Amino acid sequence: MSFINYSSREINCKIVYYGPGLCGKTTNLQYVYAKTSPEAKGKMISLATETERTLFFDFLPLSLGEIRGFKTRFHLYTVPGQVFYDASRKLILKGVDGVVFVADSQIERMEANLESVENLRTNLAEQGYDLDRIPYVVQYNKRDLPNIASVEELRRLLNPRAVPEYQAVAPTGVGVFDTLKAVAKLVLTELKRGG
Amino acid sequence: MNPGLVMYDEEYRQIAGVCDRLTRDANAKVVFLVDKNGQLISASGQAQNLDTTSLASLTAGNVAAMGGLAKLIGEKEFPSQFHEGERESLHMSIVGGRVVLVVIFDAKSSLGLVRLRVKKAGEELARIFDSLAHKQAMPGAQSPFAEITDDDIDNLFSE
Repeated sequence: MSFINYSSREINCKIVYYGPGLCGKTTNLQYVYAKTSPEAKGKMISLATETERTLFFDFLPLSLGEIRGFKTRFHLYTVPGQVFYDASRKLILKGVDGVVFVADSQIERMEANLESVENLRTNLAEQGYDLDRIPYVVQYNKRDLPNIASVEELRRLLNPRAVPEYQAVAPTGVGVFDTLKAVAKLVLTELKRGG
Repeated sequence: MNPGLVMYDEEYRQIAGVCDRLTRDANAKVVFLVDKNGQLISASGQAQNLDTTSLASLTAGNVAAMGGLAKLIGEKEFPSQFHEGERESLHMSIVGGRVVLVVIFDAKSSLGLVRLRVKKAGEELARIFDSLAHKQAMPGAQSPFAEITDDDIDNLFSE
């Protein structure tokens, strides 16, 4: 749910990175944080366990520049990917404007990917959103690993609607900004349509 | 999709006025108002040295988590929470079901005083947000983004 403030001439949007445990959601945000100039970013917050697994969420506020005199700010969130944190995932989807699904390309994680995308659909529906209508981008992460599924296979299983999709290697930044730009664009286009 | 929150100058001034007065009346250090999705709406008092964006996001996360806990035990929500620190304390209350009013205070104030002042300010804020919701629902109210072009959006990403 975007927040348009005429008084401070700002528009704020919320983007959530979703996906199975250890697929690289936090790594995406860490890369964006590391490569963004200080004036365009706020502090990154990670609510994580002692073993650096996301416990509640990561949060990164970003400024993208101005459109027609309005500063555009994007708040990036990740959800905790581990299955048993479902209650927390639901909370983080509240008021979302756009979703990035980060898939783990490794063959052995395919079932976890499918389960997570179904979980996303269910949790969005609980908040009154439809995965088929919300601004949505899919990222196939970990393309540098040996035992990975082909993009065609991933597409067939995880992206039947053919939304924008990107191959990524999050730790080195491959595909990270492409993914972010694509979802931000979709969110703004949706706002333009008065969504 | 749910319509987003839109804030207009007039209501923003009213809200800032209520928050400024609450800061004074409650002897608070900082008062801020956050929507339930974590967007900062307004900040009053000594907010200059605070990371208000992070505060807003964590406030919303906290209120959402407490709301989830409330539902698990059969409550609708916990309308207010209080966290007491060694020097500073924090009071959060849900206003009009949609925004969170946060008061940070130290030994110069007290929980009793804060609660008393928050109650009155909360009622005023709820009225302002009602009128804001009404205004947003009126025909003709549209997103300022309705007129942007695809080029405007592209330009944002062309560095």
